[in-house]
Amino acid sequence: MTSTMPNYDSSTPSSGQVWAWLEAVSDPEIPVISVVDLGVVRRVDCNDDGVKIVITPTYSGCPAMATIAHDIETELRRHNLQNITIVTQISPAWTTDWLSDKGKNKLEQYGIAPPQASGRPENCPQCHSSNVQKISQFGSTPCKALWRCNDCLEPFDYFKCI
Amino acid sequence: MDHAFEFLVRQGDNVLVLGHRLSEWCGQGPVLEEDIALANIALDMIGQTQLWLSYAAEVEGANRTADDLAYLRDAWDFRNVLLVEQPNRDFAVTIMRQFLFDAYHVPYLHALESSKDQRVAEIASKCRKEAIYHLERSSSVIVALGDGTEESHKRMQAALERLWPYTGELFLSDETDDAVAESGLAPVLNDVKARWLQTVQSSLKDAYLQMPDNDFAQIGGKSGIRHSEHLGHMLSTMQVLQRSYPGAQW
Ligand SMILES: [Zn+2]
Repeated sequence: MTSTMPNYDSSTPSSGQVWAWLEAVSDPEIPVISVVDLGVVRRVDCNDDGVKIVITPTYSGCPAMATIAHDIETELRRHNLQNITIVTQISPAWTTDWLSDKGKNKLEQYGIAPPQASGRPENCPQCHSSNVQKISQFGSTPCKALWRCNDCLEPFDYFKCI
Repeated sequence: MDHAFEFLVRQGDNVLVLGHRLSEWCGQGPVLEEDIALANIALDMIGQTQLWLSYAAEVEGANRTADDLAYLRDAWDFRNVLLVEQPNRDFAVTIMRQFLFDAYHVPYLHALESSKDQRVAEIASKCRKEAIYHLERSSSVIVALGDGTEESHKRMQAALERLWPYTGELFLSDETDDAVAESGLAPVLNDVKARWLQTVQSSLKDAYLQMPDNDFAQIGGKSGIRHSEHLGHMLSTMQVLQRSYPGAQW
Protein backbone atom coordinates (compact mmCIF):
# COMPACT_ATOMS: atom_id res chain seq x y z
CA MET A 1 0.00 0.00 0.00
CA THR A 2 1.23 3.46 -0.82
CA SER A 3 0.18 6.38 1.30
CA THR A 4 0.28 9.85 -0.02
CA MET A 5 0.75 13.13 1.80
CA PRO A 6 -2.27 14.26 3.80
CA ASN A 7 -4.52 15.85 1.28
CA TYR A 8 -7.25 18.16 2.46
CA ASP A 9 -8.88 18.55 -0.89
CA SER A 10 -12.17 16.71 -0.42
CA SER A 11 -12.03 15.43 -3.99
CA THR A 12 -9.00 13.22 -3.30
CA PRO A 13 -9.46 10.67 -0.52
CA SER A 14 -6.60 8.98 1.32
CA SER A 15 -5.56 5.54 0.19
CA GLY A 16 -6.68 4.24 3.60
CA GLN A 17 -10.13 5.55 2.87
CA VAL A 18 -10.16 3.84 -0.51
CA TRP A 19 -9.06 0.52 1.04
CA ALA A 20 -11.96 0.84 3.47
CA TRP A 21 -14.41 1.49 0.64
CA LEU A 22 -13.11 -1.54 -1.26
CA GLU A 23 -14.10 -3.74 1.70
CA ALA A 24 -17.64 -3.31 0.40
CA VAL A 25 -16.81 -4.89 -2.97
CA SER A 26 -17.51 -8.59 -2.72
CA ASP A 27 -16.06 -11.38 -4.78
CA PRO A 28 -18.62 -12.11 -7.52
CA GLU A 29 -18.34 -15.87 -7.05
CA ILE A 30 -18.02 -15.99 -3.25
CA PRO A 31 -20.09 -12.99 -2.15
CA VAL A 32 -19.31 -13.37 1.58
CA ILE A 33 -15.73 -12.20 1.16
CA SER A 34 -14.48 -8.91 -0.20
CA VAL A 35 -11.92 -8.47 -2.95
CA VAL A 36 -9.63 -7.08 -0.23
CA ASP A 37 -10.01 -10.22 1.94
CA LEU A 38 -9.35 -12.34 -1.13
CA GLY A 39 -6.02 -10.57 -1.70
CA VAL A 40 -6.98 -9.55 -5.22
CA VAL A 41 -6.44 -5.84 -4.53
CA ARG A 42 -2.67 -5.35 -4.37
CA ARG A 43 -2.21 -1.62 -4.25
CA VAL A 44 -4.02 1.68 -3.99
CA ASP A 45 -2.39 4.91 -5.13
CA CYS A 46 -4.12 8.24 -4.58
CA ASN A 47 -2.91 11.55 -5.90
CA ASP A 48 -4.27 14.71 -7.44
CA ASP A 49 -4.73 12.97 -10.78
CA GLY A 50 -7.04 10.37 -9.31
CA VAL A 51 -6.94 6.87 -7.92
CA LYS A 52 -5.07 3.89 -9.28
CA ILE A 53 -6.02 0.40 -8.14
CA VAL A 54 -3.80 -2.59 -8.91
CA ILE A 55 -5.54 -5.96 -8.98
CA THR A 56 -4.25 -9.47 -9.65
CA PRO A 57 -6.13 -12.56 -10.87
CA THR A 58 -6.42 -15.62 -8.61
CA TYR A 59 -6.12 -17.90 -11.66
CA SER A 60 -5.00 -16.71 -15.08
CA GLY A 61 -8.34 -17.67 -16.61
CA CYS A 62 -10.45 -16.37 -13.73
CA PRO A 63 -13.64 -15.21 -15.46
CA ALA A 64 -14.49 -12.93 -12.53
CA MET A 65 -11.71 -10.39 -13.20
CA ALA A 66 -13.75 -8.20 -15.54
CA THR A 67 -16.63 -8.16 -13.08
CA ILE A 68 -14.28 -7.36 -10.19
CA ALA A 69 -12.80 -4.38 -12.07
CA HIS A 70 -16.29 -3.20 -12.96
CA ASP A 71 -17.56 -3.58 -9.38
CA ILE A 72 -14.57 -1.69 -7.97
CA GLU A 73 -15.16 1.17 -10.35
CA THR A 74 -18.89 1.26 -9.55
CA GLU A 75 -18.21 1.33 -5.81
CA LEU A 76 -15.66 4.14 -6.09
CA ARG A 77 -17.96 6.17 -8.31
CA ARG A 78 -20.59 5.90 -5.59
CA HIS A 79 -18.12 7.86 -3.43
CA ASN A 80 -17.82 10.49 -6.17
CA LEU A 81 -14.37 9.50 -7.37
CA GLN A 82 -13.83 10.49 -10.99
CA ASN A 83 -10.45 9.48 -12.31
CA ILE A 84 -10.19 5.80 -11.60
CA THR A 85 -7.58 3.61 -13.23
CA ILE A 86 -7.62 -0.14 -12.70
CA VAL A 87 -4.49 -2.03 -13.65
CA THR A 88 -4.14 -5.82 -13.74
CA GLN A 89 -0.76 -7.22 -12.81
CA ILE A 90 0.26 -10.90 -12.65
CA SER A 91 3.51 -10.66 -10.75
CA PRO A 92 4.03 -11.64 -8.01
CA ALA A 93 1.52 -14.39 -8.69
CA TRP A 94 -1.49 -14.55 -6.41
CA THR A 95 -1.23 -17.02 -3.55
CA THR A 96 -3.73 -18.25 -0.98
CA ASP A 97 -1.34 -16.76 1.62
CA TRP A 98 -2.89 -13.39 0.71
CA LEU A 99 -6.31 -14.48 1.88
CA SER A 100 -6.92 -12.60 5.13
CA ASP A 101 -7.77 -14.40 8.39
CA LYS A 102 -11.06 -12.57 8.37
CA GLY A 103 -11.64 -13.90 4.85
CA LYS A 104 -10.80 -17.46 5.91
CA ASN A 105 -13.28 -17.31 8.80
CA LYS A 106 -15.99 -16.00 6.53
CA LEU A 107 -15.34 -18.75 4.00
CA GLU A 108 -15.73 -21.40 6.68
CA GLN A 109 -18.96 -19.88 7.99
CA TYR A 110 -20.24 -19.83 4.42
CA GLY A 111 -19.52 -23.56 4.04
CA ILE A 112 -16.24 -23.43 2.13
CA ALA A 113 -13.26 -25.03 3.86
CA PRO A 114 -10.38 -22.52 3.87
CA PRO A 115 -7.02 -23.43 2.26
CA GLN A 116 -4.49 -25.34 4.35
CA ALA A 117 -0.76 -25.65 3.79
CA SER A 118 -1.18 -29.42 4.10
CA GLY A 119 -3.17 -29.33 0.85
CA ARG A 120 -6.33 -30.77 2.42
CA PRO A 121 -9.16 -29.30 4.48
CA GLU A 122 -8.78 -29.55 8.24
CA ASN A 123 -12.42 -30.38 8.82
CA CYS A 124 -15.93 -30.37 7.41
CA PRO A 125 -17.30 -26.81 7.47
CA GLN A 126 -20.77 -28.17 8.39
CA CYS A 127 -20.16 -30.55 11.33
CA HIS A 128 -16.39 -30.00 11.89
CA SER A 129 -15.55 -33.68 11.60
CA SER A 130 -12.02 -34.31 10.38
CA ASN A 131 -13.13 -37.48 8.62
CA VAL A 132 -13.20 -35.99 5.12
CA GLN A 133 -12.47 -37.34 1.67
CA LYS A 134 -11.53 -35.80 -1.68
CA ILE A 135 -14.05 -36.21 -4.50
CA SER A 136 -12.30 -34.13 -7.16
CA GLN A 137 -9.30 -31.81 -7.42
CA PHE A 138 -11.56 -29.36 -9.24
CA GLY A 139 -14.85 -27.80 -8.17
CA SER A 140 -17.43 -25.21 -9.06
CA THR A 141 -14.88 -22.44 -9.74
CA PRO A 142 -11.15 -22.47 -10.62
CA CYS A 143 -10.20 -21.74 -7.01
CA LYS A 144 -12.04 -24.65 -5.41
CA ALA A 145 -11.88 -28.45 -5.10
CA LEU A 146 -14.70 -30.80 -4.14
CA TRP A 147 -14.60 -32.80 -0.89
CA ARG A 148 -17.06 -34.85 1.13
CA CYS A 149 -17.59 -35.37 4.84
CA ASN A 150 -17.79 -39.05 5.81
CA ASP A 151 -19.71 -38.27 9.03
CA CYS A 152 -22.49 -35.88 8.02
CA LEU A 153 -22.17 -37.08 4.38
CA GLU A 154 -22.41 -33.53 3.01
CA PRO A 155 -20.23 -32.58 0.04
CA PHE A 156 -18.40 -29.26 0.41
CA ASP A 157 -16.08 -26.93 -1.46
CA TYR A 158 -12.47 -26.62 -0.38
CA PHE A 159 -10.51 -23.51 -1.35
CA LYS A 160 -7.43 -24.85 -3.20
CA CYS A 161 -4.07 -23.91 -1.74
CA ILE A 162 -1.69 -22.39 -4.31
CA MET B 1 11.88 -14.00 -38.79
CA ASP B 2 11.33 -12.40 -35.39
CA HIS B 3 12.29 -15.21 -33.06
CA ALA B 4 10.84 -13.56 -29.95
CA PHE B 5 7.41 -13.23 -31.56
CA GLU B 6 7.63 -16.76 -32.93
CA PHE B 7 8.54 -18.09 -29.48
CA LEU B 8 5.66 -16.25 -27.76
CA VAL B 9 3.13 -17.45 -30.32
CA ARG B 10 4.32 -21.03 -29.78
CA GLN B 11 3.67 -20.72 -26.06
CA GLY B 12 0.26 -19.18 -26.62
CA ASP B 13 -0.81 -21.62 -29.32
CA ASN B 14 0.11 -24.70 -27.27
CA VAL B 15 -2.23 -23.71 -24.46
CA LEU B 16 -4.88 -22.28 -26.78
CA VAL B 17 -5.18 -25.45 -28.84
CA LEU B 18 -4.98 -27.82 -25.88
CA GLY B 19 -7.40 -25.64 -23.90
CA HIS B 20 -9.87 -25.74 -26.77
CA ARG B 21 -9.52 -29.51 -27.11
CA LEU B 22 -10.31 -29.92 -23.41
CA SER B 23 -13.30 -27.62 -23.69
CA GLU B 24 -14.75 -30.01 -26.29
CA TRP B 25 -15.47 -32.36 -23.38
CA CYS B 26 -17.67 -29.81 -21.64
CA GLY B 27 -21.03 -31.46 -20.98
CA GLN B 28 -19.75 -34.83 -22.22
CA GLY B 29 -17.37 -36.02 -19.49
CA PRO B 30 -17.63 -39.64 -18.35
CA VAL B 31 -18.66 -38.45 -14.88
CA LEU B 32 -19.60 -35.01 -13.60
CA GLU B 33 -16.35 -34.51 -11.64
CA GLU B 34 -14.23 -35.24 -14.71
CA ASP B 35 -16.34 -32.93 -16.82
CA ILE B 36 -15.78 -30.11 -14.32
CA ALA B 37 -12.08 -30.89 -13.99
CA LEU B 38 -11.48 -30.81 -17.76
CA ALA B 39 -13.44 -27.56 -18.11
CA ASN B 40 -11.40 -26.00 -15.29
CA ILE B 41 -8.08 -27.00 -16.84
CA ALA B 42 -9.33 -25.66 -20.18
CA LEU B 43 -10.16 -22.37 -18.46
CA ASP B 44 -6.67 -22.11 -16.93
CA MET B 45 -5.13 -22.74 -20.35
CA ILE B 46 -7.27 -20.17 -22.15
CA GLY B 47 -6.26 -17.70 -19.42
CA GLN B 48 -2.61 -18.53 -20.02
CA THR B 49 -3.18 -18.04 -23.75
CA GLN B 50 -4.35 -14.51 -23.06
CA LEU B 51 -1.07 -13.75 -21.25
CA TRP B 52 1.18 -15.17 -23.99
CA LEU B 53 -0.67 -13.93 -27.04
CA SER B 54 -1.15 -10.43 -25.60
CA TYR B 55 2.59 -10.18 -25.17
CA ALA B 56 3.18 -11.67 -28.63
CA ALA B 57 0.89 -9.03 -30.15
CA GLU B 58 2.77 -6.26 -28.31
CA VAL B 59 6.14 -7.57 -29.45
CA GLU B 60 4.91 -7.84 -33.02
CA GLY B 61 3.73 -4.21 -32.95
CA ALA B 62 1.42 -4.72 -35.94
CA ASN B 63 -1.74 -3.52 -34.24
CA ARG B 64 -3.05 -7.01 -33.69
CA THR B 65 -4.58 -8.16 -30.40
CA ALA B 66 -4.51 -11.53 -28.64
CA ASP B 67 -8.02 -12.12 -29.99
CA ASP B 68 -6.89 -11.37 -33.55
CA LEU B 69 -4.10 -13.91 -33.20
CA ALA B 70 -6.43 -16.55 -31.75
CA TYR B 71 -9.39 -16.11 -34.06
CA LEU B 72 -8.12 -14.70 -37.33
CA ARG B 73 -5.11 -16.82 -38.20
CA ASP B 74 -5.32 -19.88 -40.42
CA ALA B 75 -3.92 -23.29 -39.57
CA TRP B 76 -0.55 -22.70 -41.26
CA ASP B 77 0.06 -19.70 -39.03
CA PHE B 78 -0.46 -21.69 -35.85
CA ARG B 79 2.70 -22.67 -33.99
CA ASN B 80 1.52 -25.30 -31.52
CA VAL B 81 3.17 -28.70 -31.32
CA LEU B 82 1.34 -31.56 -33.04
CA LEU B 83 0.67 -33.31 -29.71
CA VAL B 84 -1.87 -30.76 -28.49
CA GLU B 85 -3.95 -30.69 -31.69
CA GLN B 86 -4.53 -34.47 -31.66
CA PRO B 87 -8.25 -35.16 -31.30
CA ASN B 88 -9.75 -36.25 -27.99
CA ARG B 89 -10.91 -39.70 -29.17
CA ASP B 90 -11.62 -41.51 -25.89
CA PHE B 91 -10.95 -40.42 -22.32
CA ALA B 92 -7.70 -42.43 -22.29
CA VAL B 93 -6.25 -40.44 -25.20
CA THR B 94 -7.43 -37.15 -23.67
CA ILE B 95 -5.85 -37.80 -20.30
CA MET B 96 -2.65 -39.33 -21.73
CA ARG B 97 -2.19 -36.32 -24.03
CA GLN B 98 -2.69 -34.08 -20.98
CA PHE B 99 -0.18 -36.01 -18.91
CA LEU B 100 2.50 -36.02 -21.64
CA PHE B 101 2.04 -32.25 -22.05
CA ASP B 102 1.83 -31.40 -18.32
CA ALA B 103 5.02 -33.39 -17.65
CA TYR B 104 6.75 -31.11 -20.18
CA HIS B 105 4.91 -27.90 -19.24
CA VAL B 106 5.97 -27.84 -15.58
CA PRO B 107 9.78 -28.08 -16.03
CA TYR B 108 9.65 -25.90 -19.16
CA LEU B 109 7.81 -23.10 -17.33
CA HIS B 110 10.15 -23.53 -14.39
CA ALA B 111 13.10 -22.89 -16.68
CA LEU B 112 11.30 -19.92 -18.26
CA GLU B 113 11.07 -18.31 -14.82
CA SER B 114 14.77 -17.58 -15.26
CA SER B 115 14.23 -15.98 -18.66
CA LYS B 116 16.21 -12.84 -19.39
CA ASP B 117 12.91 -11.25 -20.38
CA GLN B 118 11.14 -10.24 -17.18
CA ARG B 119 7.67 -10.37 -18.69
CA VAL B 120 8.27 -13.95 -19.87
CA ALA B 121 9.51 -14.88 -16.40
CA GLU B 122 6.41 -13.36 -14.79
CA ILE B 123 3.99 -15.13 -17.11
CA ALA B 124 5.82 -18.43 -16.63
CA SER B 125 5.67 -18.07 -12.87
CA LYS B 126 1.91 -17.50 -12.94
CA CYS B 127 1.32 -20.40 -15.33
CA ARG B 128 3.56 -22.86 -13.51
CA LYS B 129 1.45 -22.72 -10.35
CA GLU B 130 -1.51 -23.90 -12.41
CA ALA B 131 0.52 -26.42 -14.42
CA ILE B 132 1.77 -28.12 -11.23
CA TYR B 133 -1.83 -28.66 -10.18
CA HIS B 134 -2.70 -30.05 -13.62
CA LEU B 135 0.23 -32.47 -13.51
CA GLU B 136 -0.72 -33.68 -10.04
CA ARG B 137 -4.10 -34.62 -11.36
CA SER B 138 -3.17 -36.04 -14.78
CA SER B 139 -0.40 -38.19 -13.31
CA SER B 140 -2.72 -39.61 -10.65
CA VAL B 141 -5.42 -40.39 -13.24
CA ILE B 142 -2.79 -42.12 -15.43
CA VAL B 143 -1.91 -44.37 -12.53
CA ALA B 144 -5.54 -45.02 -11.56
CA LEU B 145 -6.47 -46.06 -15.11
CA GLY B 146 -3.24 -47.83 -16.05
CA ASP B 147 -3.47 -49.84 -12.84
CA GLY B 148 -7.28 -50.10 -13.09
CA THR B 149 -9.35 -52.67 -14.96
CA GLU B 150 -8.19 -54.78 -17.87
CA GLU B 151 -10.13 -52.50 -20.24
CA SER B 152 -8.78 -49.24 -18.78
CA HIS B 153 -5.22 -50.60 -18.87
CA LYS B 154 -5.58 -51.66 -22.50
CA ARG B 155 -6.92 -48.25 -23.52
CA MET B 156 -4.21 -46.36 -21.66
CA GLN B 157 -1.47 -48.44 -23.28
CA ALA B 158 -3.04 -47.87 -26.70
CA ALA B 159 -3.31 -44.12 -26.03
CA LEU B 160 0.34 -43.98 -25.02
CA GLU B 161 1.45 -45.75 -28.19
CA ARG B 162 -0.75 -43.56 -30.37
CA LEU B 163 0.57 -40.31 -28.86
CA TRP B 164 4.20 -41.23 -28.31
CA PRO B 165 5.42 -40.20 -31.81
CA TYR B 166 4.12 -36.68 -31.07
CA THR B 167 6.25 -36.17 -27.96
CA GLY B 168 9.57 -35.88 -29.80
CA GLU B 169 8.69 -32.51 -31.30
CA LEU B 170 8.61 -30.94 -27.83
CA PHE B 171 12.37 -31.38 -27.55
CA LEU B 172 13.71 -31.21 -31.10
CA SER B 173 15.34 -27.81 -31.45
CA ASP B 174 14.87 -25.79 -34.58
CA GLU B 175 16.21 -22.39 -35.61
CA THR B 176 13.81 -20.48 -33.34
CA ASP B 177 14.52 -22.71 -30.34
CA ASP B 178 18.26 -22.24 -30.84
CA ALA B 179 17.91 -18.48 -31.22
CA VAL B 180 15.83 -17.97 -28.08
CA ALA B 181 18.07 -20.28 -26.07
CA GLU B 182 21.07 -18.33 -27.32
CA SER B 183 19.55 -14.98 -26.34
CA GLY B 184 18.56 -16.22 -22.86
CA LEU B 185 14.85 -15.92 -23.54
CA ALA B 186 14.17 -19.65 -23.14
CA PRO B 187 15.97 -22.79 -21.97
CA VAL B 188 17.82 -25.35 -24.06
CA LEU B 189 15.16 -27.96 -24.85
CA ASN B 190 17.43 -30.90 -24.20
CA ASP B 191 17.81 -29.77 -20.58
CA VAL B 192 14.03 -29.88 -20.14
CA LYS B 193 13.82 -33.31 -21.75
CA ALA B 194 15.68 -35.02 -18.92
CA ARG B 195 13.15 -33.78 -16.38
CA TRP B 196 10.23 -34.70 -18.61
CA LEU B 197 11.57 -38.20 -19.09
CA GLN B 198 12.02 -38.66 -15.36
CA THR B 199 8.38 -37.75 -14.65
CA VAL B 200 7.09 -39.86 -17.53
CA GLN B 201 9.14 -42.93 -16.61
CA SER B 202 8.15 -42.80 -12.98
CA SER B 203 4.41 -42.32 -13.59
CA LEU B 204 4.26 -44.95 -16.32
CA LYS B 205 5.98 -47.41 -14.03
CA ASP B 206 3.42 -46.76 -11.28
CA ALA B 207 0.67 -47.16 -13.89
CA TYR B 208 2.09 -50.49 -15.16
CA LEU B 209 2.30 -48.99 -18.63
CA GLN B 210 5.08 -49.84 -21.07
CA MET B 211 7.00 -46.87 -22.42
CA PRO B 212 7.45 -47.28 -26.20
CA ASP B 213 11.11 -47.61 -27.19
CA ASN B 214 10.52 -46.05 -30.58
CA ASP B 215 11.91 -42.52 -30.85
CA PHE B 216 10.46 -41.69 -34.27
CA ALA B 217 9.07 -38.15 -34.04
CA GLN B 218 6.31 -36.49 -36.07
CA ILE B 219 7.28 -32.86 -36.56
CA GLY B 220 5.99 -29.76 -38.31
CA GLY B 221 3.57 -28.28 -35.76
CA LYS B 222 5.66 -25.63 -34.03
CA SER B 223 7.21 -24.56 -37.32
CA GLY B 224 3.74 -24.48 -38.92
CA ILE B 225 5.01 -26.44 -41.90
CA ARG B 226 2.92 -29.55 -41.48
CA HIS B 227 0.00 -29.48 -39.06
CA SER B 228 -2.24 -32.52 -39.02
CA GLU B 229 -5.61 -32.23 -40.74
CA HIS B 230 -7.23 -32.17 -37.30
CA LEU B 231 -6.16 -28.59 -36.59
CA GLY B 232 -8.14 -27.09 -39.47
CA HIS B 233 -11.31 -28.84 -38.33
CA MET B 234 -10.77 -27.64 -34.80
CA LEU B 235 -10.21 -24.03 -35.91
CA SER B 236 -13.36 -24.07 -38.04
CA THR B 237 -15.32 -24.56 -34.82
CA MET B 238 -13.17 -22.37 -32.59
CA GLN B 239 -13.12 -19.43 -34.99
CA VAL B 240 -16.62 -19.64 -36.44
CA LEU B 241 -18.02 -16.69 -34.52
CA GLN B 242 -15.30 -14.20 -35.48
CA ARG B 243 -15.23 -15.51 -39.06
CA SER B 244 -19.01 -15.20 -39.45
CA TYR B 245 -19.44 -11.93 -37.56
CA PRO B 246 -16.10 -10.10 -37.85
CA GLY B 247 -15.41 -7.87 -34.86
CA ALA B 248 -18.28 -9.30 -32.80
CA GLN B 249 -17.93 -8.50 -29.10
CA TRP B 250 -19.69 -9.76 -25.99
ZN1 LIG C 1 -19.59 -32.99 8.13
